[in-house]
Amino acid sequence: MARDMSDIDILKMELEQLKKEVSTPREPVSKTSKDTMDWCEAASGTDLLITGVPDDKNPYKPEKGGCIIT
Amino acid sequence: MCDQTFLAITFGPCDSCSENRPLMNLYIKTEPINYCSLCMEIMACQGLASGETLKSLKAESETLRKKLEEERKKLHDVELEKVAEKAEALGELNMKTRRTLKGHGNKVLCMDWCKDKRRIVSSSQEHAVTMPTTWVMACAYAPSGCAIACGGLDNKCSVYPLSLDKDENLAAKKKSVAMHTNYLSGCTFTNSDMQILTSSGDGTSALWDVESGQLLQSFHGHSADVLTLDLAPSETGNTFVSGGSDKKANVWDLRSGQNVQSFDTHDSDINCVKYYPSGDAFASASDDSTCRLFDLRADREVSIYSKDSIMFGAASVDFSLSGRLLFAGYNDYTINVWDVLKGTRVAILFGHENRVSSLRVSPDGTAFCSGSWDNTLRVRQEGRGVGRELKQGGTTLYG
Repeated sequence: MARDMSDIDILKMELEQLKKEVSTPREPVSKTSKDTMDWCEAASGTDLLITGVPDDKNPYKPEKGGCIIT
Repeated sequence: MCDQTFLAITFGPCDSCSENRPLMNLYIKTEPINYCSLCMEIMACQGLASGETLKSLKAESETLRKKLEEERKKLHDVELEKVAEKAEALGELNMKTRRTLKGHGNKVLCMDWCKDKRRIVSSSQEHAVTMPTTWVMACAYAPSGCAIACGGLDNKCSVYPLSLDKDENLAAKKKSVAMHTNYLSGCTFTNSDMQILTSSGDGTSALWDVESGQLLQSFHGHSADVLTLDLAPSETGNTFVSGGSDKKANVWDLRSGQNVQSFDTHDSDINCVKYYPSGDAFASASDDSTCRLFDLRADREVSIYSKDSIMFGAASVDFSLSGRLLFAGYNDYTINVWDVLKGTRVAILFGHENRVSSLRVSPDGTAFCSGSWDNTLRVRQEGRGVGRELKQGGTTLYG
């Protein structure tokens, strides 16, 4: 486990890991950001924490114990 | 009369050269190795290739890190905030607390929603299911809703089948599944009730079979305690991300046990990691008082959610269903709501009277629940489109 490993072992582990990571395939941020944004916009219509929940579907709807008098 | 110590020498075939010789009984990382003295000398010298020292390894590490940075920089052609300028701005949020759950007698440490969206399991310093430990630091609901898994300072993760019968002694049916050599910091079921993924203060994460308690895969790579983990949304594949006290967030392949990506831009312990709903990114919350978004395909951090006025560590994060909002609970008792794309804060939520230790959005996205060291859990939702807010909350337990 990490706590029992000597400094040399930890360094070796990190080195091995870095060697693998340098060759990972990557895409440009412009492309991935756009995809993230598109995904988000597509899903935002159904995001109830943004649009709010209509009363009939709301499991936590507050009890309406009063009325508005104007 | 003095005590005499007898040394028994084993004589037999050496594991390395197969010759019959007196063997040295050696343990390497708890594995017993029986080598003869000659083979043991050879093995000890092979540990270090010629010229390899702490210094040279560090230097090589530095060079590779720089190369990695360069590779990542090449693809950093634009900021997420810039791309997000095209996105519609969010209207003002109006989060209301709908329930305040006061069943715990002590700090709430973690919580999880059941897939039926009506029940929550939460754990604390003392707990409803009696366990032989004082701090239960991780808890999770099984996908079927029929069991919960939890663990903490007992170094184990145990599964408890749930029963509607209030008189039933749940502790009697408990099944110890995971065994670590240090505290359990996080646990989650994979897509079935049959497997559990755990993270531990011993620096490892592990995948276990619930029925047999067998270790299916272990994940080594963190150089300090692993504090949190999150499984990728099931559509996107077999990976999970973990965060640790070594300030790193690592992405792992469940099947091979390989660490496929690593991010180390945080300045302090990472307390919580959560996948973006699409599975292509994840967010982290850290003691350095920032939350960050890491893009997995671009292999870099793409956004930081921070303010000079926020000086306390962030303990927990979760995304809303569309991934547009990031809810983060902090040690200064507040919850900040961030616009993930634009990088701005859209709301601060008050109400808790102590640290917010855990935060989760419900599976259907209608509400989110926050657990705190003030012994309560609060369920909140967006109040737009709902009539006047009247008296709410109460002492209902886990409705």
